[in-house]
Amino acid sequence: MTVLVYLIPVSLGLGALGLLAFFWALRSKQFEDPEGDSQRILTTDFDDRPKP
Amino acid sequence: MAEAPGAAACPGCLAAPAEAVRRPAATADQTLRLSLPTIHCAGCISSVEHALAAVPGVSGARVNLTLKRAQVEAGAGVTAEALIDTLKAAGFEAHELDAEALTASETDPQGRDLLMRLAVAFFANMNVMLLSVAIWSGAEDATRDLFHWISGAIAIPTVIFSGRPFYVSAWSALSARRLNMDVPISLAIILAVGLSLWETALSGHHAYFDAALSLVFFLLLGRYLDHRTRASARSAASELAALDVPTAIRLRNGAEETVRAAALAIGDTVRVRPGGRIPADGTLAKGETEIDRSVMTGETLPARAAPGDAVHAGEVNLTGPIELTVMAAGHDTALARIADLVAAAEAGRANYTGLADRAARAYAPVVHLMALGAFLVWMWISGGDTRLALNIAVATLIITCPCAMGLAVPAVTAVASGRLFKRGTLIKSGTALERLAEVDTVVFDKTGTLTLGTPAATGLDAHDGETLGLALALAAGSDHPLARALTAGIAAQGIRAARVTELREIPGQGIEGRIGDTPLRLGRAAWVGATPLAETGTYLKVGDGMPVAFAFRDAPRPGAVEAVEGLLSRGLRVILLSGDAETPVAGFAARLGLPEHHAGMSPEDKAAFLAGLAGEGRTVLMVGDGLNDTAALAAAHVSASPASALEAARAASDIVLTGESLADLPRILDVAISARRRIRENFAISTVYNVIAVPIALVGLATPLAAALAMSASSLSVSLNAMRVKR
Repeated sequence: MTVLVYLIPVSLGLGALGLLAFFWALRSKQFEDPEGDSQRILTTDFDDRPKP
Repeated sequence: MAEAPGAAACPGCLAAPAEAVRRPAATADQTLRLSLPTIHCAGCISSVEHALAAVPGVSGARVNLTLKRAQVEAGAGVTAEALIDTLKAAGFEAHELDAEALTASETDPQGRDLLMRLAVAFFANMNVMLLSVAIWSGAEDATRDLFHWISGAIAIPTVIFSGRPFYVSAWSALSARRLNMDVPISLAIILAVGLSLWETALSGHHAYFDAALSLVFFLLLGRYLDHRTRASARSAASELAALDVPTAIRLRNGAEETVRAAALAIGDTVRVRPGGRIPADGTLAKGETEIDRSVMTGETLPARAAPGDAVHAGEVNLTGPIELTVMAAGHDTALARIADLVAAAEAGRANYTGLADRAARAYAPVVHLMALGAFLVWMWISGGDTRLALNIAVATLIITCPCAMGLAVPAVTAVASGRLFKRGTLIKSGTALERLAEVDTVVFDKTGTLTLGTPAATGLDAHDGETLGLALALAAGSDHPLARALTAGIAAQGIRAARVTELREIPGQGIEGRIGDTPLRLGRAAWVGATPLAETGTYLKVGDGMPVAFAFRDAPRPGAVEAVEGLLSRGLRVILLSGDAETPVAGFAARLGLPEHHAGMSPEDKAAFLAGLAGEGRTVLMVGDGLNDTAALAAAHVSASPASALEAARAASDIVLTGESLADLPRILDVAISARRRIRENFAISTVYNVIAVPIALVGLATPLAAALAMSASSLSVSLNAMRVKR
């Protein structure tokens, strides 16, 4: 059962990583316009060149 | 979109950024906000952003589709009007939003705060659940203790951070000597974590860290959903407020300057053009005109005003340009006096206790006494084993599902207000739906609520074509609402205007002209020498002939008939209250099939009438739009106003109907009644769980696994039941 010494921190670390990713998304205003973001992916404006 | 590859032939060169879209970095001196009610797709976003970016001086434009708004960073020279015209040319409706009125709702810090706490609770709950699964499936001794310690290490900081909204609310209720649902919730969380910590330290079998965390997680989820629907309704309501920016034209040393109405001071001279709203209370200094007082009094007949007469903020100047001296501004206006009436009336409604609080009052003492009883009885049975007795008491507290009880109301209101929001009904207050479900009487205001507040000419068929042609020629030259209604009415019959010369508008009187040698006059009864009609009218005199009268009626709002019919068919008492004169009110009531009406009501009369109804034990829904209704709106059990209502009226009402039609009103009542039924069912479901689980906990057979199962199952069934609210 000594494998738990590695496994538990690993599982907690992965979970914490997800939590941090969520915080980052929240802080960088990715939840301000959920409807617009789902539509923006359909625009063809920057299909040929990347956005400046 | 296949664009021709420019001079660069290699595909790799296309990887250079799209320079055409980027503009030289102009300095952004101001941020303009526009409301774009018609955008709905990806194409709209990109056309709007391109159109805005192409305006000289604009350095950036970003559309928010969720809020249907655009935020534009622009240089000082750019005006909102220019942007609106640009968008109109591109095919989009746009309105300027007052940045000051919006800043409060622009970002939603409370929502983000809740979301953050929810995320932490979710993370902690999932991890502790995983550890608990190992314990439930038989981890023993050192492994179990280790898992308990890790669970505790995750749970304690989470419970402190994520549970804060519950502790704050429970504490504020307790310090006001009240009980709300957050009191048993907070107690259950704190006791469960405390006992689990103690058990872990004694290397016991049962720890309730997972139960405490799922309690926090589920309840935060319900609270967040509830907050989100309410916040979107509130932001839409504040957007309505931001749409009409009250401004005034102030005269200073003969020069005009446009200022905010709030910045006016006593003694200022203000110019109001025909068709403009009067920005402040004052006396007429120059010019003669007619004033539409319907917002203040509900009267549809325009009143004459001459120098020296008093005019009030909110009234509309109809015919001539006027100048007025401001006698009262800001908080001293008639508008502010009405606000005082509103505050007094609202104080009465604040005492309303929602279903959730009533349930908490019944539930909390029972549960706490039961847990205490379990503790005492087991102390006696086990001969003083505090640890065993405390374990059973806490298990009882957790298993009584404060979770399902706490979710019962917010889950339903979130679903119901979300559905109503999609159909254009904004529910601003948390208990509005519950109060709406109790309504047995509906009181309508007339002008502006059941009617559109714009007159329409009636009985035009009674006049011959020649008369109508003359009237059309005269009326077409004026912006007076009656003249415009007459123009529209006659033009719709396909009649051409006669050749009238020397057209001249006399402010406050009417229009005169000449056909051949015959003088013509169209206007007020006294001016043309006619006997006035009982209803709103305008009069035409040709030469020395008998004056001809044109009558007007206020056009009913679309859906008004259906709304009244629907409400009457649901067995509700429907009453029409109006500040207008008896004749038009009675005629209108008869047309809509309204059995009961009261005319000539002042704002105080209306509020008193509603207080009288409340005294009879009736629960009243008041629908109104004007300043004269605000006090009544606040005094009613629940109130609604159309989007066209004045800001003060919208602020005083619980519900704002954003569409032009009233036809949805009976259906909103149905949704409210359906929502109340679901809430009651939810309480019944939680009670059934308790009846099964509590005896198990009391005899000491509840394990953390049983608690987790009961909590999840009850929360799920309550949330699923909430989804059944009528569409």
